[in-house]
Amino acid sequence: MAEIHKRKKALSVNPLKASQPIGGSLATLGFDKAIPMLHGSQGCTAFAKVFFVRHFREPIPLQSTAMDQGSSVMGADENVVEGLKAIAEKSNPALITVLTTGLAETQGADVHRNVREFRAKYPEFDHVAVVAVNTPDFTGCVETGYAATLTEIIRVLVPDAAVAGTAPGKRKRQVNVLAGPMLTPGDLESLRELMEQFQLRPVFVPDISDSLDGVLTDQDFSPVTIGGTPVSEMATLGYAKATLVIGASLQKAGELLQEKTQVPSYFFKHCYGLAASDALICALSEIAGQDVPERIERQRAQLQDTMLDTHFMLGQLRIAIAADPDQLNALIDLVNEMGSEVVAAISAANAPVLADAKTASIKIGDLEDLELTAKAHKAQLLIGNSHAVATAERLGIPVLRAGFPLYDIIGGYQKTWIGYRGTRQALFDLANLVINFAHEEIAPYHSVYAQKPENERQQVSPSCH
Amino acid sequence: MKSTKDIAELLDEPACEHNKKEKSGCAKPKPGSAAGGCAFDGAQIALLPIADVAHIVHGPIACAGSSWDNRGTRSSGSDLYKVGMTTDLTEQDVIMGRSEKRLFHSIKQAIDTYHPPAVFVYNTCVPALVGDDINAVCKEAIQRWGVPVVPVDCAGFYGTKNLGNRIAGDAMVKYVVGTRDPDPLPKLSERPGIRVHDVNLIGEYNIAGEFWHVLPLLDELGLRVLCTLSGDARFREVQTMHKAEVNMMVCSKAMVNVARKLQQQYGTPWFEGSFYGITDTSQSLRDFAKSLNDADLLARTEALIVREETRIRKELEPWRERLAGKRVLLFTGGVKSWSVISALQDLGMVVVATGTKKSTEEDKARIRELMGEDTVMIDDGSPRALLKIVKDYQADILIAGGRNMYTALKARVPFLDINQEREFGYEGYQGMLELVRQLALTIESPVWPAVRAPAPWKAGYVSPTSAVSHAHPHTG
Repeated sequence: MAEIHKRKKALSVNPLKASQPIGGSLATLGFDKAIPMLHGSQGCTAFAKVFFVRHFREPIPLQSTAMDQGSSVMGADENVVEGLKAIAEKSNPALITVLTTGLAETQGADVHRNVREFRAKYPEFDHVAVVAVNTPDFTGCVETGYAATLTEIIRVLVPDAAVAGTAPGKRKRQVNVLAGPMLTPGDLESLRELMEQFQLRPVFVPDISDSLDGVLTDQDFSPVTIGGTPVSEMATLGYAKATLVIGASLQKAGELLQEKTQVPSYFFKHCYGLAASDALICALSEIAGQDVPERIERQRAQLQDTMLDTHFMLGQLRIAIAADPDQLNALIDLVNEMGSEVVAAISAANAPVLADAKTASIKIGDLEDLELTAKAHKAQLLIGNSHAVATAERLGIPVLRAGFPLYDIIGGYQKTWIGYRGTRQALFDLANLVINFAHEEIAPYHSVYAQKPENERQQVSPSCH
Repeated sequence: MKSTKDIAELLDEPACEHNKKEKSGCAKPKPGSAAGGCAFDGAQIALLPIADVAHIVHGPIACAGSSWDNRGTRSSGSDLYKVGMTTDLTEQDVIMGRSEKRLFHSIKQAIDTYHPPAVFVYNTCVPALVGDDINAVCKEAIQRWGVPVVPVDCAGFYGTKNLGNRIAGDAMVKYVVGTRDPDPLPKLSERPGIRVHDVNLIGEYNIAGEFWHVLPLLDELGLRVLCTLSGDARFREVQTMHKAEVNMMVCSKAMVNVARKLQQQYGTPWFEGSFYGITDTSQSLRDFAKSLNDADLLARTEALIVREETRIRKELEPWRERLAGKRVLLFTGGVKSWSVISALQDLGMVVVATGTKKSTEEDKARIRELMGEDTVMIDDGSPRALLKIVKDYQADILIAGGRNMYTALKARVPFLDINQEREFGYEGYQGMLELVRQLALTIESPVWPAVRAPAPWKAGYVSPTSAVSHAHPHTG
């Protein structure tokens, strides 16, 4: 049980938080032939685009309703309707999400009505799925924007079982996976492999491992995503044997999907560490009605061995972590399993999962809070995004990069964290940072009497201890 | 190559307890069941901490290749000792008899590149066998380049690691000690009323810098350490060792021949002590004062002991609660069993058994004194035997050298590394804090229940924590 300390200061210094529209965009980008359209000024989109391009090192489809002074004051309904038409006409998308920004929400936009207006006015684009989501940046963070968008996409695109006549388990091997924003393309690939070992066919919703995994395609340019969950697949979710919901932030989305389809949902807060991976494998074994394959048992034993080898470095290590709620909670569990001590836990926003996190206190705040708390508690290692690298440098401690954005390394988006293998690599990475950078050496002592060579002698005063 | 007579002389160490016993401490290794290092290994680790010397290993690659840069010792300045140097002899060198020449040029290269105050040449099996005269090469090199070049004739087949330690010590006494008088005391260091005494520490390796926990105390007492053989030492310090008023043999008898020879040649008395644990640290400081026969020093020492013991016992109090009653199986290599026992007992821990393979008769007597008559002494250090004792005596932790680490870990037994490769310093009063931290770190680690429990899909699974299940299937 963690005590949650809300934001008290006026100024946010070195922000940790990224906005809800970023989260909503990320969720959209995991669908095939999709494009998010941010309802706001052009800058809202431009900044988001740069954010993603630096993280994934990929071209990112992202559009804007380009609100100007006139439409900001007089109403921007037309921007949404005409914006949708322009994209639908030009880019032949399968899905457009309309994500509101702080500007649009403050103005009082009603994007849901706008979408209805668009449908009425342009029936020729009825084949294009359009989902409107309220994702103002003055509340929440990446995670909440992502969750809200995924929930709306399910609401709009998944037919009710009663209406569509879908029946759970009709496709015996299909398992839906609602994948939270902390899962990287590498995580999803790894999860797919795990599930396939149980003869299960995963349908990831969304699937950034098929759209943002850094792949060279035959197509030279596309205004919409290439790869991701096909929108048509959403109609099949109701036939699945089960749904895995990964990330506490997706609780509502998972419940909605279950309500609509009657397919039973298995909820996981995360899949970091031994215990969480055990829970995942147990669920897969139960769903598949199949014993755990030897290969996976071996990976589990490899992880246990790694836990032994690395506990010398990670035991009682004072760690500071900054992340969005789900990932923060996951990382806390991961290092707790190793006997590390979380001395600073900073979350970009509040979420129900944080209250149950296994650390004494969590601060809703920024990287300045991280820096000050880490300093006060003499943290020895930092876990955070690329912005936290400068924090770590000032603190003189090593940093393990995790979360969004990772712009100062290549391939950060591809790292696998989950399952036995991902956990094993994460423990190696943490332990190596400790060995190479965080080991506390005994300071050399220079005796006042020492007969060291001239060039080594220092001006020392007699010891007075 | 050393003659059999030379080796026999080194093996006959009157100051060693094993000498009086039929089974010598430096007994021949048994083919098929040998585990320790060789004479080269022993000589190299004994001298490598002399930080500003160029250490050249004369031999094919295996000797230096797999051992250089593999020691936990720390230097406060020069780090030439970390530069691995070997003649890396080739087949052609051996067949054509070119190895002496290669050594000669190697010495020149080391001197030209690194300008060391001295070069040590370690002999190994192959050149010893083909008959390289490294003594002659070193002599010639001194004449040619005017830099001290010390032959350390320590081919692996001469004997054990322990013998290598002695060969190393012997080389220091023979070639280095007594070649320079100590510097005058630095002006800055004078304090009214305090008489400074010159001392040496023999067998102190400054592992992980741990001697820096002790050195400030010696400074405070006015004990000038002319040289520690060999932790954080410099060549010019070793040269002055003959002028000490007293020598302390730290923990290990490995270089006891140095203490004995310094006594023989220069009349320097020596005593044996350890800086592991509160009790032993205090005793060693006291022994300095007593053997120096300085009443004022003794009084100041007692005052310092009271101050330091009070301070550290207070700091250890919270840890004692966590560690008291925990059961330890101690299986040490180089570090003497009895000195660590006292450190552990200072913490209220129970030592259930201890290894005595390398301990002398005198050590064993001391162990009995500390642990009682029926203490289990282990001579068989095989992994299976160790694990059986861990199980039979319900030990909470195995404390041993790094070599045994994976024996313990694979058997899911908590472990503390006490050997020279370790990364943490345990010496002195301050070192106790690090020791307790490391003990608690492994004993209290949550990884033990996690690795001992079977997988949850296996029968007999008991959840190690309540945090296991994140999955709650909701049925429709």
